[in-house]
Amino acid sequence: MTDLTSTLDQTRSGDAGFGDYVTLLKPRVMTLVVFTAFAGLVVAPGGLHPMEAFAAILFIALGGGASGALNMWWDADIDAKMRRTRGRPVPAGTVRADEALALGLALSGISVVMLGLASNWAAAGLLAFTIFFYVVIYTMWLKRWTPQNIVIGGAAGAFPPMIGWAAVTGGMSVESVLMFALIFLWTPPHFWALALFMKSDYADAGVPMLNVTHGRPATRRHILAYTVVLAILAVGTGFTVIGGPVYLATAIALNLMFLKGAVAIWRRDDAAAEADNYAVEKAFFRLSLYYLFAHFGALIADAALVRLGWGVF
Amino acid sequence: MAFGKDHDLHQRRFGRNLGLGLALAAFVAVMFGLTVVKIDRGGINQGFDHVLRPEMLPAEGAQ
Repeated sequence: MTDLTSTLDQTRSGDAGFGDYVTLLKPRVMTLVVFTAFAGLVVAPGGLHPMEAFAAILFIALGGGASGALNMWWDADIDAKMRRTRGRPVPAGTVRADEALALGLALSGISVVMLGLASNWAAAGLLAFTIFFYVVIYTMWLKRWTPQNIVIGGAAGAFPPMIGWAAVTGGMSVESVLMFALIFLWTPPHFWALALFMKSDYADAGVPMLNVTHGRPATRRHILAYTVVLAILAVGTGFTVIGGPVYLATAIALNLMFLKGAVAIWRRDDAAAEADNYAVEKAFFRLSLYYLFAHFGALIADAALVRLGWGVF
Repeated sequence: MAFGKDHDLHQRRFGRNLGLGLALAAFVAVMFGLTVVKIDRGGINQGFDHVLRPEMLPAEGAQ
């Protein structure tokens, strides 16, 4: 019996539960993908049948999950070195790397083909490009090569609202590009704030984050610069077709708060940050999470007002 | 001899099989729903049986 138990214990590695495979799809990132894709779908002119819309969101989310699995397959070596990521299924040994690869490839194929069948091939093409961009351009190439990894890699996370828009309209437009730009410009301050208080994690893994290669003062300056450009774009979007009173009020309030946080980060040094355990950086990071959900939530609210006949703009 | 309590390994395998089964069932349901919607919204499908009907011919005014 003892022998059997020890044999069973040894099979723990590579014999994962269902939850381990779900973790492989990065469910927290998926919520952002689902929400922003839904926003793109709702604010787009025209409409889909609820079943088609549900299927489109589902397969966009599945494509995002597939990217996550492929990312965890490729990055297992550096994930094992970082505190934040060492509990992920592949470095933790619950899922084998080749399983992660197989799951990622299978879900990529299924999600792209099914999105094409459920909505149109323009949306499916964008989803395929997003998976390629995240896995090959960001994960395999840029992440370990340039301190601008987050900037360019952030584009992959910015595509979902464009895909949602394309699922309805069959193409792209200025408004869908603006939604893309909102996430694209939001990503660097969000991750650089995280990198400031995660301290040595990225350095230990040899990932050339801006704070590792150019120092922390430069990172603080970059956070402010991106936040200023982001604020202009975010408020400016309020004056386009997809904007409205709810969005404009949300954008003005949140961008003022975001700018205040970025200025506070820029004005202090590491000694001050160490003294209060990176309270300002952590608060800025937390705000950045609400920031994106609030902006896209406001876009959805304005689209709902227009459909109810209460649109102002 | 009574069976002992399931090892953690069996519980994980059961969970995995159950999860996979539910995921496949959900996929079938989505496919079925999509098919119904696509056919409902697709209008009348003509020509699937290779039989020519007058309504399939282009209108005279359009020529």
